[in-house]
This record gives sequence, C-alpha cells and structure tokens, in this order.
Amino acid sequence: MRFTTFAAPSRFHRISGFVLPWLWAAAALCATAGLAVGLLHAPTDAQQGDAYRIIFIHVPAAWMSMVLYLALAGWAAVGWVWGVRLASMLARALAPTGLACTALALVTGAFWGKPTWGTWWVWDARLTSELILLLLYGGYLALVESIDDPRRADRAGALLAVVGAINVPIIYFSVRWWNTLHQGASITLGRAPSMADSMLLGMGLMTLAFWAWAFAIVFVRLRAIVLERERDTAWVRALGAGEAAAHRVAAMRGATA
Amino acid sequence: MRQLFLVLYLRDLRLAWRRPVDALLPFGFFVIAAALFPLGVGPEPQMLRQMAPGLIWVCALLATLLSLGALYAGDHADGTLEQLMLTGHDGAAIAAARAAAHWTLTGLPLVLVAPLFGVLFDLSGDALATLAFTLLLGTPVLSLLGSIGAALTLGLRSAGVLLILIVLPLAVPALIFGSGAVAAVEGGQSAQAQCSLLGALLLLSALLAPPATAAALRIALD
Amino acid sequence: MADWIRWHDIDAFLAMGGYGLYVWGAYGLAAAALGLEGWLAHRRAQRAWRATRLPARRAADA
Repeated sequence: MRFTTFAAPSRFHRISGFVLPWLWAAAALCATAGLAVGLLHAPTDAQQGDAYRIIFIHVPAAWMSMVLYLALAGWAAVGWVWGVRLASMLARALAPTGLACTALALVTGAFWGKPTWGTWWVWDARLTSELILLLLYGGYLALVESIDDPRRADRAGALLAVVGAINVPIIYFSVRWWNTLHQGASITLGRAPSMADSMLLGMGLMTLAFWAWAFAIVFVRLRAIVLERERDTAWVRALGAGEAAAHRVAAMRGATA
Repeated sequence: MRQLFLVLYLRDLRLAWRRPVDALLPFGFFVIAAALFPLGVGPEPQMLRQMAPGLIWVCALLATLLSLGALYAGDHADGTLEQLMLTGHDGAAIAAARAAAHWTLTGLPLVLVAPLFGVLFDLSGDALATLAFTLLLGTPVLSLLGSIGAALTLGLRSAGVLLILIVLPLAVPALIFGSGAVAAVEGGQSAQAQCSLLGALLLLSALLAPPATAAALRIALD
Repeated sequence: MADWIRWHDIDAFLAMGGYGLYVWGAYGLAAAALGLEGWLAHRRAQRAWRATRLPARRAADA
C-alpha cells in the first residue's frame, strides 16, 4: 500500500461509502457521552456558575475551525504541487465545514460572553482572531465559487489558502498585541475555569465528537464533489448503470405485481 | 532582471501620466472618506484625536485596495499581460515592478497627504511624523499583498469586491502595527517596536509577495 | 447513578443556575447550525447521485 493508494477518486468513493455509517455512529456516541459528562456530571464552576458549560461546544468548535483551515491549506497545496485531484477536491469539501465551525465558535463565544462579561461581543484577542479566520474562510469560498474553471479555482484557492495559513501566526500575534496595547486592562473573555477532571473529560469527548462529525460531513460532501467532477469517467457511468439496472428490475416487479 | 523591473516600472508611470484622473481617484476617495468621519461621529476634538491614527490608516487601506483592481486589468484586457508572461521573463520581477508602480501612484501620495489630515484631527507633531513614517513602511506592504489578490481575481466578475474581501484579513497586521505606532506616540510612548515589526512585514512581503503574485498570474492565465 | 448526575431535578437542569437561556440558546444554535450543514451536504450528495443515474436511466428506458 503506497501513499497514492487512496488517491483514486473511485477508490475513495467505495471506501468512504463503507466508512460513513461508522463515522456517524462514532460522532453520535462521543457526542452523547460528552454531553452527558458535560451537562449532567461536571460540577458547577465557582465563578461562572453553569454558564461555563458552553465551552463544551465553543472550544471544540474553535479548535476544529483552526485545524480544518490548516488541513484545507495543506491538502490544497498537495493538490496544486503534485497534481493529486482528490486532494484539491478534499480542500473544497473542507471549506464549508470549517466556515461553519468558525461561525459556531463565534456565536457560542458570544453566548458565553454575555453572562460572564456582560456584553454579547468583546474584542478579545481570541475572538477577534476567530473573526478574521471567518473572513479568511469567506475569502477562500468567495474566490473558488466565482471561478468557473475547476482547475483554475482549485489552484487559485490553494495559493490563497497557503498565503492565509502563512499569515495566520502573524495575524494572531498582531491581534494579541493590539488587544493588550491600548489603554485599559487587557480584555479577555471569561477564562475557562480551572478544569476539573470531568470537565476535561467532557471537552475531550466533545472534541472527538466534532472530529468524527467533521470527517463524516466532509466525506459526504467530497463524495458529491467526486461524482460531480468525475461524471464522464467509466466508473461513474458504471455506477449509474448499476442503479439503472436495479431501477429497471424494480419497475418490472412493480408492473407484474 | 533589474532592467526589466525598471522598464516596466517606468512604463506604468508613463501610462498613468497620460490618465491623471485614474491615478488620482483613490486619493480622492481617501480625502472624502477621512472627511466623512468627523461628520459621522461629531466634532469633539478629544475623540477625533483618539480615533485619528486608526481612522486615517483604515482610509489609506481602503483607498489602496480600491485602486488595486485596475492593477492588471488593463494589460489583461488587451493581451499585453499574457505576452509578458509568455516571453519567459521573471514573473516575480514583473509583479514587483507592478506593485512598485502602484505604490508610487497610490501609496506615496497618501504618505505625503496623510499628515495634513492628521492636522485636521489635531494630532501632535511627533504623531504626524510617525504617521507619515508608518504609512511609508505600510503602504508598500498593502500594494504587495494586494497584487497577489489582484492576480488571483484576474478577469473574474466581481473582481473588485472579491479582491478587497481576500486581501483585508491579510492586511490586518500592517493596520494594527501602523495605527498602533501613531497612537503610542500620541500617548507619549515609544513606537519603536511597532515600526520594527512594520519594517519586518515590509521585508517579508517584498521577498515573498512577488513570487506568489507571479504564481497567481500563471494560474489565472493558464 | 443518582450520584453521578449533579442535578436534583429537571427544573434545575433546565434553569442551569439562572443561565438557562444562554446555555440552551448556545446548544440549540449549535444543533441548528450543524443540522443545517448536514442537510445541505446531504442535499448536494443526493443531487450528484441523481445526476449520475440520469443518463444511464435514460438509456435503460429507451
């Protein structure tokens, strides 16, 4: 088995079809366990009361938003430099999920901030960086969606994503600087409470749940992209023909019933 | 390569000289935008003085971004760009020359005029000098980063707005350090750190942006 | 089992120490957002799948 074994879109389509139900199951399992631990079992925080329980969504979402962006840039670069089409398609499939996680992190951050800080939004370094990440995702999606030629779209997106990824540490550093620079106390969103074991366990489980969910959704989208782009290949036609044969059989059965 | 750079750079300046209005438009935008803020937020001097560094920097940023759309559009439309790229010349040199010309026409006037606006907002003399200096370092960064965006969005439908959307997040560090420096000096502190960082940004983008732009041009023209 | 769960009754659980609106609001929005994303991805997959079957079906019905 080589690195390129799974690079064929047809093989991916077959394997992902088999793996998907397990991914959904894993996501459901981890989410149930994580929510149970986080919402039912973990203790109330001394300072933030029960409002802190939002972190069980906010933190995994924020982590995923960053991980997915790096994955997007990485796979897009692989597709661009080595010409692996599936890698480019994977980058396209990752983007909407990354955007969703970023938006989710921002919104849950606001819901966390209101009871703990008093306002729906604070220009805290982390939230502001997350907002800029949202713009980076938005820019990427806007660019690739406005280019009709898939090859040009993939490559342009790859360049933009790589430039963005290189800039992310610079942006984060500058935003942290900015946050502490101006007169007045350094503004931070309510600190995550010093973590009891059960809180850590809940966060860990929810992180796993987000990972599994992200894999599943991205695979669903990637399967769609593969079918769209590989429409004229033999294996896709065979897939469609197989369906048509089944359709014919079902129609005949229905006629004789 | 240096000769190619000079030839293209001078050509762009000459072309702009024939159409002075086009070259002055972003400048006009800057003036109007900067003047709008006091009208919008009120004439209170203390508040305006506090807002001035960021405000002027943001207006400079937007003015630069607005003029980027035309950076490659003209040459792309008549095929000159394709010819330039096809002749096998160093794409990075072409991109660097373009960005340099853009800065000369858009950024440099801003460097010269912005301090005047600083006076309108009652900034101190030191702050004005810092403003000019940070814009001197920062506007080339914007031209360089923007040229990547211009190349990526070459020939697309809503290229202008798309370009701004793409480049804005990348321009945030320059904005933060630039306006932060002026605010620091206005508040009586040293701006050495911000200026050093801005200088580092300039070096980094001068080295990396032209090759990236060249790659983007090749992607767009293929 | 009763020891493992912190809450004494359902009302306390839903109230979340007074922050119920924020906590459940956040969780509700999260569920809605993820559900929407899932539905959109599923719809795209279905459309792609149907487009795959179409030419073959036409050929079969011909």
